[in-house]
Amino acid sequence: MEINRRNARTWSLLGARGTLGQALQALAEEKDFYVVTADLAISSGLKKFRETYPDRLINAGIAEQSMIGIAAGIAMEGETAFATSFAPFVTERCLDQIRMNLGYMRLPVKLIGLSAGFEQGLSGCSHYGMEDAAVMRLMHNITVVTPADCTEIVKTIEAAADYREPMYIRLTGGRNVPIVYTEDYPFAIGKGIVMKEGTDVLVVANGVPVSESLKAAKALDLEGISAAVINMHTIRPIDDELLISMAKGKKLIVTVEEHSICGGLGTAVAEAAAEAGNMPRLVRLGMPDAFMKAGKHEFMNERCGLTAESIAAAVRKEMCA
Amino acid sequence: MRVNDSPETIARLRAMAIRMRKMALDMALSAGSKGSHIGGGFSCMEIMAVLYGEVLKVEPQNPLDPERDRLLVSKNHCTLAHFPALVEKGFLLERELPGYTEDGSRLIGYPCDPEIGLEYSGGSLGMALSVGAGQALAGKKRHKDYKVYVLMGDGELNEGSVWESFMAASHYSLDNLVAVIDRNRLCYDGTTEDIMSLGRLSDKLAAFGWNTIVCDGHSIADLLRAFAEIQTGLPNVLICETVKGKGLPFAENRPEWHQKAITREQYDAAMTELMEGRVL
Repeated sequence: MEINRRNARTWSLLGARGTLGQALQALAEEKDFYVVTADLAISSGLKKFRETYPDRLINAGIAEQSMIGIAAGIAMEGETAFATSFAPFVTERCLDQIRMNLGYMRLPVKLIGLSAGFEQGLSGCSHYGMEDAAVMRLMHNITVVTPADCTEIVKTIEAAADYREPMYIRLTGGRNVPIVYTEDYPFAIGKGIVMKEGTDVLVVANGVPVSESLKAAKALDLEGISAAVINMHTIRPIDDELLISMAKGKKLIVTVEEHSICGGLGTAVAEAAAEAGNMPRLVRLGMPDAFMKAGKHEFMNERCGLTAESIAAAVRKEMCA
Repeated sequence: MRVNDSPETIARLRAMAIRMRKMALDMALSAGSKGSHIGGGFSCMEIMAVLYGEVLKVEPQNPLDPERDRLLVSKNHCTLAHFPALVEKGFLLERELPGYTEDGSRLIGYPCDPEIGLEYSGGSLGMALSVGAGQALAGKKRHKDYKVYVLMGDGELNEGSVWESFMAASHYSLDNLVAVIDRNRLCYDGTTEDIMSLGRLSDKLAAFGWNTIVCDGHSIADLLRAFAEIQTGLPNVLICETVKGKGLPFAENRPEWHQKAITREQYDAAMTELMEGRVL
């Protein structure tokens, strides 16, 4: 699909799930693939897809284990299969099916987690994607990608169709997703992207928090704190080469993710930095390691310190301490 | 489905099953004190013989042939029946069998290696039927003629995922999918009816929209009759009534023989039963 300012704006308005539907719709014109879902075709933005390609949309009903098995069987036959549901349901609800079929047997199914993070708002903790990336990061052979905005969702889906490994693609953001990219750029699974250079602090983010991190870094610049920002869309395998080279000489690393601080981006960065040695101190921003009282998406992000103001404040506090 | 049930075929498959039973006893003995899955292996010996000897269109010379039939062994612990069947079909050499419990062996654990006919790792129970449904669905959409067979234990029917798949297969009218249930009526802790009763299994599966065929899982002739009754238009399930540990008089119908080591004396006793024609 063509990447330009106009499309980026349209996709942002449609939101993450609407963009997913558009990306798969466009891809279907060029490539053969199947989408398996668990009664969430419409929530996956696939209403039009279902009408245009009824043969390629397989609904397993509200049965995630069956959905993963069917997708794995399709992949076993050499076909490309995506499987979609809300983030906790497409990962944790059917974890052993994923572990055996995608992990052990390495069947290249592409799992798509809708509404990762707090996007489900008032639905609360049952529907929040809080540990999905952590759990998927533990599965051998599975690549885990969190696109930064809707344009990157398009880039990720296009890359996934040609990727011969099992994947978990985690979609953060609802409607009006903050725009990070307005023109085409090189995107490669497993390669982090430097969004901004800086000399004092390294901010490593993925998903919607990339946008907030960039805003925070610009604000900090004005105060004389120079912050670099990496979009680390892939956390497994993590781009440790880029991470280590960018972290060298900095005074602080901050990770920012709409996910638990346990097991996801923050943990992946901590592991890589600790193994490299001589790294700056690390601060992890994200959901605390606890269930919280539910609330609107924005409210939850504010409570977890994932806004530009909170990210800047966290950096300021550490740098002035 | 067209199945050859001539007296010659029955005699050939019976001889095959007897050879498989001998190989299985050798495997069980070679496992030594590590033991092996005796009960569920010997309960599906004739089912495996009929599948590999007559029903399945698979060739070891072309193991990944896109047109081949697929067999997913969901009760994957039945290696004592599966590996001898793979030897009979030419996927494995008999001399490989004694090493099947050696550390790092390509046959240890629940391997997935389609090159030698091991299409699926069913170690974790209740998963293969949904994968088979996916393969059957892909086959239908591509207008392929292959069939997908899934061999399941009756104990694993406790898994909810199995019933999700029973539902899906009938919803999508997957008449190229055949579930074969080894109904030996024992699971690890006792009888299936004591632990978690399956009740009127045949009625349940019929209510899920499957063509349900019940047969004697140790009778070659009755198994061939059952496969011949497979219909088009809906998924088919064979409920094969069997005896766990069949042919080992000390192990038959005894749950503690699910996984256990056999002694030389027990091996001799089972071999005598077999050779004197009291098993088949």
